Amino acid sequence: MPKLRRPNLDKIRIFFLGSRNQRGVIPSAGLYMLLIAIGFVYLYPLLFMFVTSMKSPSDLLNPMVQWVPTELYLGNYEKALRVLDYPNTLMASVFVSVVPSLVQTVVASLVGYGLARYRFWGKNLIFVLILATFIIPPQNTVIPQMLNYRSQGLLGNPLALILPALLGQGYKSAIFILIFYQGFLSLPRSLEEAAQLDGASDARIFLSIAVPSALPSFIVSFIFSVVWYWNETFLTSIFLEGGITTLPMQLSRFVQAYESLYPPGTVNIFDRLNEAVKMSGTFLNILPPLLMYFLLQKWFVESVEMTGITGE
Amino acid sequence: MINSSPKRRSLSLRAREALHGYGFILIWIVGFALFTFLPLIETFQYSLNQVTVTARGISLNFIQWQNYTRALFTDPNFVELLISYVIETLVSVPIVLIFSLIISLLLNLDFKGKGIFRTIFFLPVVITSGPIIRELTAQGATSAPGIANVPAVAEFLLQLPRSLRNPVEYLLSSFILILWFSGVQILIYLSSLQKVSNSIYEAAAIDGASSWEMFWKITLPSLSGATLVNAIYTVIALSHFSENKVIQYVYAQTYNVQGGIGYASAMAFIYFAVMVLLLGLIFFVLTRGSNKE
Repeated sequence: MPKLRRPNLDKIRIFFLGSRNQRGVIPSAGLYMLLIAIGFVYLYPLLFMFVTSMKSPSDLLNPMVQWVPTELYLGNYEKALRVLDYPNTLMASVFVSVVPSLVQTVVASLVGYGLARYRFWGKNLIFVLILATFIIPPQNTVIPQMLNYRSQGLLGNPLALILPALLGQGYKSAIFILIFYQGFLSLPRSLEEAAQLDGASDARIFLSIAVPSALPSFIVSFIFSVVWYWNETFLTSIFLEGGITTLPMQLSRFVQAYESLYPPGTVNIFDRLNEAVKMSGTFLNILPPLLMYFLLQKWFVESVEMTGITGE
Repeated sequence: MINSSPKRRSLSLRAREALHGYGFILIWIVGFALFTFLPLIETFQYSLNQVTVTARGISLNFIQWQNYTRALFTDPNFVELLISYVIETLVSVPIVLIFSLIISLLLNLDFKGKGIFRTIFFLPVVITSGPIIRELTAQGATSAPGIANVPAVAEFLLQLPRSLRNPVEYLLSSFILILWFSGVQILIYLSSLQKVSNSIYEAAAIDGASSWEMFWKITLPSLSGATLVNAIYTVIALSHFSENKVIQYVYAQTYNVQGGIGYASAMAFIYFAVMVLLLGLIFFVLTRGSNKE
């Protein structure tokens, strides 16, 4: 009898504690609990934002209401949509992030290809300078550019953001050039060499062989560029001042915009600006990149492996 | 022509390749000159002048290094902001590195639902922007939940000397914000972890190494390259973030009658120099540390 019970005990022990080849239930549960706990702390600001944005004015004042609002209240979103001038600022933000990103991605692919496929004098210097553009803080170069744009009458015009992107100096352009450099390096050269022997021109080889096979680099660069342009406010607010207003710019002046729509002296107490309305505005601000992230998450989280940007 | 020596032909091929290469990067070189190099030089020129903006343009009045001495010795705020920037960066970088290392080690394990957690930990990269962080910080949503409000913690903070209290307070009030800067770094660690060959671990296990020993002797040394990249990336991300107090001060001074463009430019250069020194320090510490191994 005792001989029969031993293997059973072993099975139970393996089930709970695990063996060399598989993790037991207890370590697994521990791992999940740890990750969920860290994940909760990590996402706490977002959960807080979302829950607060759903609170009605009476829920806000009620100390008993912490995480679960008593009613489904969308009034904050109605106000925030008006205050943010959502349709207009949304379109402005989409335009100001998509167009420079498209331009920036195309130019970065050209530069990355040139660096990956050709030998020429001064290449290391170019790499050093590309890294320098990544390190130099924007406030060290922004003032002369701003004054220049002002004298050309381009201040407030989206061209002020598109022109640098067109010449490879867009926002965080160094990263995109490196993505393309690594992407093209990792592709085999044989097809391109064969095309060269057949007498195809460089432009033709680039367009019909290199570009299609580097599609992942294009997608990764474009979506990251869109997200970073969307969230960039320092350069945008300086270059677009007096021109079009993007969503984050409108969020920075949320209080003034609210008070001009709902003057503090004239509205009743429930329509005063409160944190719930502010959080609704904040949530509306991150909603577009958030949607984009959930739709394209594979491209975002696998970007580093796909493009091979790592320690080397 | 056909009989030309092979040496000359290969040379011209080489030159042709170089020319075509320059063709691809020419656009970048022009852009670098126009949008980075010239503005940098101009900003430096402004920093040595009293700059006044007129209706027609700007007028410069050369005052040598006065803007710099004013920023460093007369301005009561700038140096203080600079010091707290250095302290905050030196506090944040190890936190970001350790946190992203822990998360990437956990995500490197084999379990169901890994993708969901990877998505969660990368999420802040997509939504972090100046105004968002400002709103969240204003609502107290970026502090470690609850900790900063506990009376005992407040009491403990009062006991600390001022030089120690500021970093601790910063740590408590922006703990989650610091963690939010780890998204890219987690992915970089993760992809370098996946490059470590499994056979090394198997060999070590046969030799009787515990997983603790394997972590210190195999995993960590093979991550030294990724650590350096991550550390530098973190410093730059923190230093360029538009909610950074020094950047905001410089920006405010640009449009200030008292300050002006010249003064703001001088501060921008001092800030840049401090940032480069910080990068150098971190580079030195990390490369010396891994050379000892």
